[in-house]
Amino acid sequence: MPDIKVTPLGAGQDVGRSCILVSMGGKNIMLDCGMHMGFNDERRFPDFSYIIPEGPATNYIDCVIISHFHLDHCGALPYFTEMVGYTGPIYMTHPTKAIAPILLEDMRKVAVERKGESNFFTSQMIKDCMKKVIAVTLHQSVMVDSELEIKAYYAGHVLGAAMFWIRVGSQSIVYTGDYNMTPDRHLGAAWIDKCRPDLLISESTYATTIRDSKRCRERDFLKKVHECIDRGGKVLIPVFALGRAQELCILLETYWERMNLKVPVYFALGLTEKANNYYKMFITWTNQKIKKTFVQRNMFDFKHIKPFDKAYIDNPGAMVVFATPGMLHAGLSLQIFKKWAPNEANMVIMPGFCVQGTVGHKVLNGSRRIEFENRQIVEVKMAVEYMSFSAHADAKGIMQLIQYCEPKNVMLVHGEFAKMEFLKEKIKQEFGTNCYNPANGETCVITTIAKVPVDASLALLKSEAKRYSALPPDPKRRRLLHSVLMLREDGVCLVDADEVTKAAGITKHIVRFTSTVQVRDPGPAHSTTLKLLQPLKERLSGWTVQLTDGSISVESVLVKVEGDEDDQKSVYVSWTNQDEDLGSYILGFLQTMLN
Amino acid sequence: MKLYCLSSEPTKPCLVLSFKGITLMLDCGLNMQSVLHFMPMPMVPSAKFNSLPSWLPRDNHQDWQIEGELKECCGRVFVDSTPEFSPPLEKIIDFSEIDAILISNYTCMLALPFITEDTGFKGIIYATEPTLQIGRFFMEELVEFIEQTPRATLAKHWKEMLHVLPPPLADALKPKSWKHIYSLSAVNTALSYIQTVGYDQKLDIYGALTVTPISSGYCLGSSNWLISCDHEKVAFVSGSSTLTTHPRPMEQATLKHANMLILTGLTQTPTANPDTMLGELCMTVAITLRSGGCVLIPCYPSGVVYDLFECLSTHLDKSGFSQVPLFFISPVAETSLAYSNILAEWLSTNKQNKVYLPEEPFPHAFLVKNARLKHFTSTYAEGFSSDYRQPCVVFCGHPSLRFGDAVHFVQLWGNNPQHTIIFTEPDFPYLDALAPFQPLAMKAVHCPIDTSLNFTQANKLIRDLKPEHLVIPECYTQPPITAPHRTDLVIEPVGEKPLITFKRGEVIKLPLKRKKGRVFIEPELAGNIIPNEIRPGLSLASVTGELEVKDNVYTIKNIEDRPSGKRKASSSSPAPIKEEVLKERKHEYGNLDPQELLQKLNQEGIQGAKLQHSPTATSIHLQDEDTLIQIGDNSTHIFCNGDQKIRRRLRTIIMQCLKRF
Ligand SMILES: [Zn+2]
Repeated sequence: MPDIKVTPLGAGQDVGRSCILVSMGGKNIMLDCGMHMGFNDERRFPDFSYIIPEGPATNYIDCVIISHFHLDHCGALPYFTEMVGYTGPIYMTHPTKAIAPILLEDMRKVAVERKGESNFFTSQMIKDCMKKVIAVTLHQSVMVDSELEIKAYYAGHVLGAAMFWIRVGSQSIVYTGDYNMTPDRHLGAAWIDKCRPDLLISESTYATTIRDSKRCRERDFLKKVHECIDRGGKVLIPVFALGRAQELCILLETYWERMNLKVPVYFALGLTEKANNYYKMFITWTNQKIKKTFVQRNMFDFKHIKPFDKAYIDNPGAMVVFATPGMLHAGLSLQIFKKWAPNEANMVIMPGFCVQGTVGHKVLNGSRRIEFENRQIVEVKMAVEYMSFSAHADAKGIMQLIQYCEPKNVMLVHGEFAKMEFLKEKIKQEFGTNCYNPANGETCVITTIAKVPVDASLALLKSEAKRYSALPPDPKRRRLLHSVLMLREDGVCLVDADEVTKAAGITKHIVRFTSTVQVRDPGPAHSTTLKLLQPLKERLSGWTVQLTDGSISVESVLVKVEGDEDDQKSVYVSWTNQDEDLGSYILGFLQTMLN
Repeated sequence: MKLYCLSSEPTKPCLVLSFKGITLMLDCGLNMQSVLHFMPMPMVPSAKFNSLPSWLPRDNHQDWQIEGELKECCGRVFVDSTPEFSPPLEKIIDFSEIDAILISNYTCMLALPFITEDTGFKGIIYATEPTLQIGRFFMEELVEFIEQTPRATLAKHWKEMLHVLPPPLADALKPKSWKHIYSLSAVNTALSYIQTVGYDQKLDIYGALTVTPISSGYCLGSSNWLISCDHEKVAFVSGSSTLTTHPRPMEQATLKHANMLILTGLTQTPTANPDTMLGELCMTVAITLRSGGCVLIPCYPSGVVYDLFECLSTHLDKSGFSQVPLFFISPVAETSLAYSNILAEWLSTNKQNKVYLPEEPFPHAFLVKNARLKHFTSTYAEGFSSDYRQPCVVFCGHPSLRFGDAVHFVQLWGNNPQHTIIFTEPDFPYLDALAPFQPLAMKAVHCPIDTSLNFTQANKLIRDLKPEHLVIPECYTQPPITAPHRTDLVIEPVGEKPLITFKRGEVIKLPLKRKKGRVFIEPELAGNIIPNEIRPGLSLASVTGELEVKDNVYTIKNIEDRPSGKRKASSSSPAPIKEEVLKERKHEYGNLDPQELLQKLNQEGIQGAKLQHSPTATSIHLQDEDTLIQIGDNSTHIFCNGDQKIRRRLRTIIMQCLKRF
């Protein structure tokens, strides 16, 4: 039986650095190529030496598939293509191809320029890497080569996020990346058809969380912002240019509109307009509502959110400011932070993960006194809030997806071990499928059972259909098919047993038996025949017992009565070897009945 | 396999293909040539049109009751009523039996409401997202154009007297089957049947067929269709282009080696080169503007018009006319412009790469921002009169000049020789379009821009694709009426096979014979199959199983035992079960050697066997057992009395002498 082998290099019982290797049907596929934001050393990137002991990576991997633009899913891609030397095909959706390089560049700057790291990829490497990317559209069936087929489905996690269905021969898997099963403020819900893969590899970030928590977090966020500005405070929201920033903007924009607030909201990113433009141009990837109304009003043309000027930092009164970068390690967000931190009326809201060593990380860990390089010390009196807004499927959503696509096996990745264990049991219980959650570096072997496709002659199928439809309908009746499998150099084909002699150029040898039973029964021969018919019919339920040309026939068995009007009759029972059991039974039955 | 042709225009095709029990409609084009027989519909009453004389037959023996139905202008007769359209032929196919409609592009779907409204239609329509969106604009514009000029009475009696009417009206094709345009609600109903699809998406039709749209390069979202089952492939190529304009390029590789290539939608202006025409258009506009005149370009709300904005604005900038406003007037102008810039995935690589910057793929977004290109819903829309100034270039519909704002501008500028009307859309003969406005002082220039395949390109494509059979509209076998001497403007047959042609109203049997189907053998059963080698290169194995047919997918499974309580009750030995007899069924082949049989009989202790030869057969007589074994070339017949024991022994021995599979 053919196997599917899966080895997570990252995201095995862990969140971050998604990178999963799949081998099936002689093809090796890399699912995502992410980096770990929590490490500064070589643990940051997946351990490619695991798969590529020596020689060019291209020989070991047939294609790389990137699910979405988050760095924990694509952050190691330039490293893999430009430094490890993979030159094969890379697939991602159009929005991912557009946005990923911007986030990669942002991260590169932080790593190299701020932290002075060496052995990191360069700007040019990001560009060279992206040139190798083949953009795909939803539901497009892409043939990577003559045997490997991939297809993207909408995942609803961020703009352009996709789940991928991958097939080699008769084996198939689905990899979800990150996904969200409920429509969002700007995105639709993930969708997949009943593709019945051999294996579903699903993220499980919120494996034990119940739905609606995101709505709650949103409400919480708005409440905190509102309370702060009500007391005249200033709210700083450090963000990355793309992704959560747009989602939070939509959230504030609609809230401001609804509450009729007048306090200014500023978006202070060099990239703002450019970033929002990506959303405008890929509006077909957003949800139905945004798509429908975009001509009248583009959701990303914000009415209440205005560009920020540095001079506004010292403006009196309440305001809300979005500023880059997201981890408060440099630039404008840090500059604003230094000014506003000492005032307890103010607030900073961190909507994402912060790398160790950044101001953001310190603040989130409760530091109230932060020392900078030039001995400058900032007292943090402002309120500090952390809120995660990432859109992931919860337990219910994961179960729903399993129900949609009906996989034969499930594998959980991108989650915490304990939570996975809980969900794993639930999946086994509810769907009766195997469920796996391998650790990083651990290979999971999944045995698949596949139906064997063969060609069948239409004559065979048509004659069966004719026989079947001639019988009275009976839902319990099985459609029995006897055929001959013909294996020739030009292929394999199922044919009718009568057809095979001509098709294969051979002659069958028919073996026929004829036995006689003597009986005393006065009257014409056909009345004797009729006397036999009914008992035979009763005995042979399930068989078609017919009276043709004065003889009784069942399949190839013929029962024929001969003799004159006198009482001595010969009953001939004749059948071919194929119906030996039937023929010998009928003969035996007639012998018992007639003697 | 059958093909029904429901449309007379190859560029507005409507075909129905029946194959493997599935009924597919291929495109649903609306024939609009009929509107040319009607008077234009101005938005305000026109003194000129009103003063045209009514037309009456010369010898009016009969009362035709056509009072006010027909008007004469410069020797031509027009119907003075709301224009009517020629929908797909109804009689030869029952629309309620259509399983799916495949749409190639937005110009080939305008008859959809005629198929879906009140016909019992319950199929599904497949189209790409741009086809759906832009097709909606075309339909909404059409409905709005017609509805904004309602008429109290509708002419119908003229249809009874075609034989006394002068040409070209006398030659009108089946006017009694013409229909008024559908309502907006019918448009919404029709479009609600559409399921949007992406290029290269494999769609399953009831398990019997797979259909796949592939890029055709003609316009945004335009596609050709592959229709395939396990062994057969039909390619439907409609409205394709190999030129480089704004859409994604045409995909050709997957069209190769089809059993059947149905090709339609070739250029309507085979003698005009689109690039040359575009150059001429730019020049004509510049010349007109230089002399202080205005330019009217009748157009559809999407398509080549996007390329015109791009090229013309660049040309005018270079010619020093960067201040001249471009007006784009259509009820759907704004949405059309907006949508074109969010459909990056459907554009040429050049345009697509712009969104990675990110910049809008079409420059018209920039032109709108700079107020160079101004869009209005109509000439009566708020702001138009204040923005309007001469000279200017106006793009508006409808290219037939029978309805829409174009009617207004021809009337407005018609008497001034300084102005120019430029015809770019190839759907309507421009002189016919202008006929009811004659006499005109305004210059009329014909620059048809049709990017669809021309005959040279199509013939080359066919040679590359190497289809087994080629199916085309009948008119493609003869030079076009407009250029009868150009015998090169025809489609040539491929190889030896004759061309298969169709025309409206015809039902053709296509020579596609299916011989094989696909079945799946379940692993458990497959594992038990042991093939016997009959001779080198040929192995056979009997396979018996339970056939399961689900959604047209055939699966053969192992026959599993079913416990049956009934049989146990019977006292004597039970009758054999059909499943078991069938399961054991094998087939003997080859010859039986009588000597070998004799020897084996001896070995088994069956005595007294005597070999007898007759001219027709060889037989072995077992006197003791009163049994005769007749041995022929391909058969052996055992005649015996009722002794089952000896018969079974004989059977075992005979089976040892034969090979089987
Ligand atoms: Zn993510």
